[in-house]
Amino acid sequence: MQKEIILNVEDLRASVEGKEILQGINFKVAAGEVHAIMGPNGSGKSTFASVLAGNPKYDHISGKAEYMGKDILDMSIEDRAREGLFLGFQYPVEIPGVSMSNFMRLAVNEQRKYRGEEPLTAAQFLKLMRERAAVVELDAKLMNRAVNSGFSGGEKKRNEIFQMAMLQPKLALLDETDSGLDIDALRIVATGVNNLRSEENGIVLITHYQRLLDYIVPDYVHVLYKGRIIYSGDKELSLKLEKEGYDWLIKEYESK
Amino acid sequence: MQDIEFVMADKNNIINELTENEYKYGFTTDIDTDIIPKGLNESIIRLISEKKEEPEWMLEYRLKAFEYWKTLKMPDWAHLNIPPIDYQDIIYYAAPRTAPKYKSMDEVDPQLKETFDKLGIPLEEQMRLSGVAVDAVMDSISVKTTFQDTLAEKGIVFCSMSEAIKNHPELVRKYLGSVVPYTDNFYAALNTAVFSDGSFCYIPKGVRCPMELSTYFRINAAGTGQFERTLIVADEGAYVSYLEGCTAPMRDENQLHAAVVEIVVMKDAEVKYSTVQNWYPGDKEGRGGVYNFVTKRGICKGDNARLSWTQVETGSAITWKYPSCVLAGDNSFGEFYSVALTNNFQQADTGTKMIHLGRNTRSRIVSKGISAGRSQNSYRGLVRVAAKAENARNYSQCDSLLIGDKCGAHTFPYMDVKNTSAIVEHEATTSKISDDQLMYCNQRGISTEDAVGLIVNGYAKEVLNKLPMEFAVEAQRLLSISLEGSVG
Repeated sequence: MQKEIILNVEDLRASVEGKEILQGINFKVAAGEVHAIMGPNGSGKSTFASVLAGNPKYDHISGKAEYMGKDILDMSIEDRAREGLFLGFQYPVEIPGVSMSNFMRLAVNEQRKYRGEEPLTAAQFLKLMRERAAVVELDAKLMNRAVNSGFSGGEKKRNEIFQMAMLQPKLALLDETDSGLDIDALRIVATGVNNLRSEENGIVLITHYQRLLDYIVPDYVHVLYKGRIIYSGDKELSLKLEKEGYDWLIKEYESK
Repeated sequence: MQDIEFVMADKNNIINELTENEYKYGFTTDIDTDIIPKGLNESIIRLISEKKEEPEWMLEYRLKAFEYWKTLKMPDWAHLNIPPIDYQDIIYYAAPRTAPKYKSMDEVDPQLKETFDKLGIPLEEQMRLSGVAVDAVMDSISVKTTFQDTLAEKGIVFCSMSEAIKNHPELVRKYLGSVVPYTDNFYAALNTAVFSDGSFCYIPKGVRCPMELSTYFRINAAGTGQFERTLIVADEGAYVSYLEGCTAPMRDENQLHAAVVEIVVMKDAEVKYSTVQNWYPGDKEGRGGVYNFVTKRGICKGDNARLSWTQVETGSAITWKYPSCVLAGDNSFGEFYSVALTNNFQQADTGTKMIHLGRNTRSRIVSKGISAGRSQNSYRGLVRVAAKAENARNYSQCDSLLIGDKCGAHTFPYMDVKNTSAIVEHEATTSKISDDQLMYCNQRGISTEDAVGLIVNGYAKEVLNKLPMEFAVEAQRLLSISLEGSVG
């Protein structure tokens, strides 16, 4: 049986402040798949995630991005999220004064409303929150603190995976969720992601390091360079990149 | 703690409220109103006093204030642009004709009850559920006073100002004008001359008032100025928490509101005064709206007295208001917590004065301004430490939050310190809601409008937390409603 296609990107081009960053990306994610996107700094990895999520800073030039068969580039950021697209931010922003629990409760209930479901009661929400916080070994006390305020680097990243666990997205784009983590935090984050991995959803890991992929084994590994995917392979590719760097790939690509 | 917060969020229900676009409380109730002619002169003041069946001393006091008022000019030092006001074009007294007091709720004019229902303050529910005694002021006359029996048992007097003048003249004569004399300023003089009604509250020695006392104000009769007069006296060791909330119906012509609130706090006593102010702010083009020129002041008269002002100001076209504390008793403590939100063409010049006279007096000021649209929002505060105020302490924090790029936030802190042992601190911040914060909320499925409501309520939380629970909920909702359409 053919697997359900979650994301289908064709020849996507996008720019920021007039500078073209994505120069024709082709990319497909089917249900049950985990993709890793690697590549040197400035190759457009984070931009790709931001454009899919709908960050208004970026201008769409051409090409298409379909999510569950719908063109998402015309959708608002919040509707993309409500449709089940999740972005784990590289730099989660602090929102002083807004408690994590209030923030998450509004988010969860907004998404439920979009799907025509009843909002969770306070008790139901609390129960869900405790359960899901445990997935990333996040202290439930953090939920009473303001969103990301005074969180350590590791806590911020775990908090992103916690939110993913709360929202149960169809497609999760995790933008350098491993950067700045010590080995214990990395293991916790990876375990969290693995627990959320299923035959129903798709996960895209944007990372600099093979390290993360020891824990979350991807089905596909892609190399992004100058706004294009120049090479795709499987888990073995990431091991090779770890040893030999990107130079050999870049040389091969430039010579074409 | 968690659960409480959720319950509040539930009641609060920011999301649903945001679907509203126009001023929510813009309606007029069609009730027969007893109105006297426009204008201000000695005979009008005599007429007001006569209609209220006042004793001679009260009339004389009013007339003295009027004579003094005639010598004054409207103050113009605030950062406000006030159109000229014709004081002869205002009606100075209107009382609902259904005036006599009711013994039970059944006797209350059904239309009046409906009005309160629309405002979301059903008296019955207030009485039954929340244990709040409500002295409901409709226009100028106190229509319904509840829980008076319970309060009377403890010797607490809580009634309309008119009743107090008749039934407790010794208390009124002793304290009225003792904190805000009519010579204080233009509006205080005007208020003293023409005040229609208001609330009076006396808590005897050593008594803790067992419930929150509250008054709801509303402007109703067309073209009627409202001149409320409130006096609260907490005798030695007494405690009271007093709530004041205002909403006004939509109207085209400007309305003047010049209230005076006086608070006297004796030795070891404590008074908390909370306000949620939501007078009609005018429309999106800045037409109409209430002018709110209020004088609020309390004195910590005895040692160890405490006075706390908390205000959430979202309404009025123009606000001129500085709830203040005179810290006369040694070790007395004054607090001012404020959220002032302006949107569209609203103007606010608000803050506080902390006057340290006694030794070891302390004060704390937390002011949170929120400006959106084309509004102008100013904090103006004075901290004065007198020569004899040894070891006085003040901490002031003034934060401004800007939404959009056409509004203004201004801070005018004044300090006047005459004693070298004083420590006076002032911190100020200005911030904007960042695109990154909005993006983060959007990406979790929260709309921009909800996100702004969430962030603004978070920003104001330190102040909102100072409000009694039922007021905090209302205030949160108001902040969100008031910012509709300010982003995006």
